[in-house]
Amino acid sequence: MPTPSRYWREIPQRYRLEAGRCRRCGFIAFPPRLVCPRCQSREFEVIKLAEEGRIISYTIIRVPPHQFVDQAPYAVGIVELDDGVKLMGQIVDCPFEELKTGLRVRIEFRKIMEEGEAGIIYYGYKFVPA
Amino acid sequence: MVGIVGYGAYIPRYRIKVEEIASVWGADAQSYRKGLLVEEKSVPAPDQDTITMAVEASKRAIKRAGIDPREIGAVYVGSESHPYAVKPSGTVLAEAIGACPEVHTADLEFACKAGTEGMYLAMSLVKAGEIKYGLGVGADTSQGAPGDALEYTTAAGAAAFIFGRENILAEVIETYSYTTDMPDFWRREYQYYPRHGGRFTGDPAYFKHIMGAAQGIMAKAGVKPEDITYVIFHQPNGKFPLRVGELLGFKKKQIEPGLLVTYLGNTYSGSSPMGLTATFDIAQPGDLVLIVSYGSGAGSDAFLFRMTERIEEVRDLAPKTRDMLFGPKVYVDYGTYAKFRKKIRKATE
Amino acid sequence: MREVAVIGIGMTKWGELWEKSLRTIFVETALAAMDDAGIDRLDAMYIGCMSSGLFVGQEHLGSLLADYLGQKPVPAARVESACASGGLALRLGFIDVASGMHDIVLVGGIEKMTDLNANEATYALGTAADQEYEGYHGITFPGLYALIARAHMEKYGTTREQLALVAVKNHENGSLNPLAQFPFKITVDAVLNSALVADPLRVLDCSPITDGAAAVILAPVEIARKLQKPVVKIIGSGHATDSIALAQREDITWLESVYQSARQALAMADKKIEEIDVFEVHDCFTIAEICIMEALGLVEKGKGGPAVEAGLTRIDGRIPVNPSGGLKAKGHPVGATGVAQAVEIVKQLRGEAGPRQVKGARLGLTQNMGGTGGSSVVHIFAAE
Repeated sequence: MPTPSRYWREIPQRYRLEAGRCRRCGFIAFPPRLVCPRCQSREFEVIKLAEEGRIISYTIIRVPPHQFVDQAPYAVGIVELDDGVKLMGQIVDCPFEELKTGLRVRIEFRKIMEEGEAGIIYYGYKFVPA
Repeated sequence: MVGIVGYGAYIPRYRIKVEEIASVWGADAQSYRKGLLVEEKSVPAPDQDTITMAVEASKRAIKRAGIDPREIGAVYVGSESHPYAVKPSGTVLAEAIGACPEVHTADLEFACKAGTEGMYLAMSLVKAGEIKYGLGVGADTSQGAPGDALEYTTAAGAAAFIFGRENILAEVIETYSYTTDMPDFWRREYQYYPRHGGRFTGDPAYFKHIMGAAQGIMAKAGVKPEDITYVIFHQPNGKFPLRVGELLGFKKKQIEPGLLVTYLGNTYSGSSPMGLTATFDIAQPGDLVLIVSYGSGAGSDAFLFRMTERIEEVRDLAPKTRDMLFGPKVYVDYGTYAKFRKKIRKATE
Repeated sequence: MREVAVIGIGMTKWGELWEKSLRTIFVETALAAMDDAGIDRLDAMYIGCMSSGLFVGQEHLGSLLADYLGQKPVPAARVESACASGGLALRLGFIDVASGMHDIVLVGGIEKMTDLNANEATYALGTAADQEYEGYHGITFPGLYALIARAHMEKYGTTREQLALVAVKNHENGSLNPLAQFPFKITVDAVLNSALVADPLRVLDCSPITDGAAAVILAPVEIARKLQKPVVKIIGSGHATDSIALAQREDITWLESVYQSARQALAMADKKIEEIDVFEVHDCFTIAEICIMEALGLVEKGKGGPAVEAGLTRIDGRIPVNPSGGLKAKGHPVGATGVAQAVEIVKQLRGEAGPRQVKGARLGLTQNMGGTGGSSVVHIFAAE
């Protein structure tokens, strides 16, 4: 479970999918970085990622880590967005039988987890069938 | 001239049928379906809440408005199911849409009327010249006690409206609020489910306030029911809006486009606002649209809008409400519904 | 750089060792290695351990274990690279001796995992993944490898049965290993009927939660030659990193870090992969062994499944992989695995592997991997 400050620090990425595009070679870093892994440049501009993409691979988690115990089973996958950036996230609102590689999905704002009854609520992005 | 520049709605994908609920409690499904004019209702997934739905509805409103979210000067979320007791829903929404940090936000609560309250405040700030754009959202994941009559109708959804002065799609002609103190429906702190006064919630509550607000706004604006193209009332069930419409002198066809409850359920703070979005989805330039909300406790907010040419340019920019209502949906059984709504919980260590 | 030899090896039985604490398991194993080498003083220690902090709340392992081994004030360092911690400890120990800095160096690996319940252990293991962009979304290690498995199956036609055959082969080998956690055979049916963990991977596709340690003693080859034992040298070492987040790899079916680390080690040893007689690789999940075979260059890309199906990787096959039983049957006390791989290869090259012996093995390779390939360490051993 991230602590409140660890969660809050990533809000621009979790809520708005803000990424960094290398000014020299165009590589898009999500999350943003200080050094481009392709050309070692240190100059980036802030951009937002595309909102739709397709599933590259997926699985259904049946033995979860302890913070996700009440959510299992759930689907997680890697999605390639229309701008070429790949990211990992849960795939929801999709019956397991309908999951397949290549399925078009879009990003939706959802709850990721809650810290019990009294802790904070963690929000972020998930994927739903487009 | 002040009006709505963007609107959006969100409906979760899951549904449960009235029959399914009735079968668990041994109740007569037919009498509920006929008596309430409700067939099924939306069910929020466990990872959805007032905030997540408000974010999605607001993003759609921004798409239709075609504005830079940094120009939104106020964000109001009205709900009776704010995820936190203390910590605003509005700040999460404002961050998620990119309106921070130059923005005012507040969370509102007034049973089912909190959505139109946010709309009223957003509109008023624009009218006063304080802000360029204001966002008002009504969203709820309402809860009904197991076996209670409310369990057949309490549903989830969100509607968002952005007010401004430029590129208006629906001009605000008049507003009117009618409020009295009424213990018809309430929930004390630390209680999980609300309680209500049964038939007391009818004539002296819903009907009196809606009629008070509707008659008040029509008098103030100098219009009669026949001048109005569409009217949307708060929809706790399918019967009340039709009956209050009839009492006020409206015809069924004026009410039907905005009547979603039969297949959506009662989305509380989202109820009449979502009916308004469904009406905007089909209204034509020049149409007069009246919305009258109702919140127990009690009060009604009324808005009278005139549609402009702009509605035709923007309505297709985001999903339409009835498309979401009748689009891909997944029916759940009562056990899954109870699990989703945390009426039963897994025993964890 | 001096030539480095392994003069002692030690490993005790692996499993759920309820009565033994982390320090006890380590010390027993280290003493076994020191006894095998016939020494009682060390010049330095390197200990691979992924996460004693999360598993038993204990950090500062170098000093703790040096003390309990009776070796203080010896310099002792805990080394971490997720599941490649042991292999990386071996590399650092190798560099220490090769550089001439120290002579007798103990390289150990230890993990005590069973004091946490399954969900807590899943979380602890998950810290090898990207916490904010993988773990945050509820992924687990079986889940990450399941993503790789599905992609590999769709790209190359690798089948569920081929994955199962990796586990079956490793259990067949493990049944010949008295120190293994699961020294028994299993069938393909058993794998295919075991419970799903993360589709399409099932319980028997996954290496277990294990308590255990392994240790080797390194020394300059001159010292090794004086002992009454076959001399086994480390002649190549390679180490490579990659993005730990699976979504940031170009092709999730290809383990670039394995390819790079193997290339480095082979170059240093001046050998080709075809010359290696026996392999101990990181089969944390059945699909991992297949992907590793491809990245090492044992088979062409995509041909790992058919190779396993054809029996090429059996002890009596053309490319014996994991004669010890691999992580699947032997167990996977995370930090210990990389060192245990070295223990097996040394046994093989000494001719001491008994029923698991690969006939005439003269060159051996260990490959130890962190996470989903975020790090890989490869060593090449040669019988002198």
